[in-house]
Amino acid sequence: MKIGLVSGNVVSTINHPFFEGHRLMICDLISPDGEPDGYTIAVDTVDAGVGDTVLIIDEGNSARQIFGLTTGPIRAVITGIIDSIDQT
Amino acid sequence: MQLGRVTGTVVASVKTEGLEGIKFLVVQPLDKHQEPNGKPVIAADAVYMAGPGEMVYFVASREAAEALEPRFVPVDHAIVGIVDQVSL
Repeated sequence: MKIGLVSGNVVSTINHPFFEGHRLMICDLISPDGEPDGYTIAVDTVDAGVGDTVLIIDEGNSARQIFGLTTGPIRAVITGIIDSIDQT
Repeated sequence: MQLGRVTGTVVASVKTEGLEGIKFLVVQPLDKHQEPNGKPVIAADAVYMAGPGEMVYFVASREAAEALEPRFVPVDHAIVGIVDQVSL
């Protein structure tokens, strides 16, 4: 799983049928040491908003399982909103 | 998923089994500010409506193979949506 910061969203009307009714968020990925690490477009399942730090699954089979599917062009899913991170 | 800009089309009359009828487009990956980022890729059009000049989002690897019907079409990138708007 990855840590991301929601920085925006993507609006699309013409898309693959899977994406009907799903919100797409642009998430800046953050490496474990806090450095920026690119971005990804993730499907939201927890009503995350811009500015939230989120937990992202970036693996296809887990993502499909969340939506109860055996097939679908989906990989990155926002699965949690992070309240705090403690590192020792 | 990543943002991309369709910059061209690819025509191939001799294709491997499973690729018949699929449209291939040249896609320049974009960063979240819609600036070119990385080298262009050839992506299958899984929305059947994308064309040059449009901003799209696309999936890679196994998810791309799942985007087209029937399952596991042998492609490594697939366009799964046309972008109307990006808010940051």
